Amino acid sequence: MTFINYAAREINCKIVYYGPGLCGKTTNLQWIYDKTNPQAKGKLISLATETDRTLFFDFLPLDLGTVRGFKTRFHLYTVPGQVFYDASRKLILKGVDGVVFVADSQEMRMEANVESMQNLDKNLKEQGYELKAIPYVLQFNKRDLPTALPPDEMYRQLNFKGEPTFEAVAMNGTGVFDTLKAVAKLVLNELKKK
Amino acid sequence: MAAPDLVMYEEEYQQINDCLHRLQVDSNSKIVFLVDKNGQQIAAQGDMRGVDATSLASLTAGNVAATDGLAKLIGEKEFSILFHEGERDNIHISLVAQRVILVVIFDEKSSLGLVRLRVKKASQELERTFEQLLKKAEADRGNLHNRFDSPFAEITDEDIDSLFSE
Repeated sequence: MTFINYAAREINCKIVYYGPGLCGKTTNLQWIYDKTNPQAKGKLISLATETDRTLFFDFLPLDLGTVRGFKTRFHLYTVPGQVFYDASRKLILKGVDGVVFVADSQEMRMEANVESMQNLDKNLKEQGYELKAIPYVLQFNKRDLPTALPPDEMYRQLNFKGEPTFEAVAMNGTGVFDTLKAVAKLVLNELKKK
Repeated sequence: MAAPDLVMYEEEYQQINDCLHRLQVDSNSKIVFLVDKNGQQIAAQGDMRGVDATSLASLTAGNVAATDGLAKLIGEKEFSILFHEGERDNIHISLVAQRVILVVIFDEKSSLGLVRLRVKKASQELERTFEQLLKKAEADRGNLHNRFDSPFAEITDEDIDSLFSE
């Protein structure tokens, strides 16, 4: 749900990074935080356990600049990936404008990717959204690992509507901004239609 | 789309800010602000220096969402008021029109009783403003003419690309 403030001339959009546990959602946000200049970003908030697993969400507000006289502000959230935090994931999807699905490229995590994507589909439906219709981008993370599946194989299994897909190594930033840019573009294009 | 976008216009924005300002003065509190349930800050009054308003807004919304979830689990519709008591400052959180969250931060210069009383009064006023706002946005959506006037109708790819050129 985009928040358009005509009085303050601002648009606020919410983007959620989704995916299985330890796929690199928080690492994506961390990289964006590290590489954005200080005026354009707020604090990165991580509600995590002592072992740095996301407990509720990570949150990063990002100021992208001005479009047609309106300040565009993106609120980036991650969900906790671990299966048993499903109640929290549902809450974070409330009012989402765009979703990035971060898939773990390791062969042994393919099942977890598929399960998480089905979970995303189900949780979106509960909020009244359709994965098919919402601005949505796919990222294959951890491309640098030797156990990574070939991208074609992953594309065949995970891409279902020709959504923009990026190969990434979030640890060193490869593909991180491309992914963000693609989803931001889709979200802003969606505004046109309204 | 599940819920219609929240649109804020000049007139209502002013009304909301006036109402929050009155609430802040009447309740003798430090900060009063309004967040929508998704964590977007709508308006704020009081001394916001040194306060990270964006983080405050998103954490408040997360807090309310989690509490909402708890309520449903035990068969309650909602917990409409949350109160956090600190050594110096306290936070009073309440739901307005089931859509927005009103947050009051106060210290020993005020009291929970006074805050509750004033919040109740302000909530009624805010509720009316939001009703008016929803009606207006609804009418605008139905109005084809306005749709073509929307500043976003003509966003180009270049506009969007320029956001990312560093």
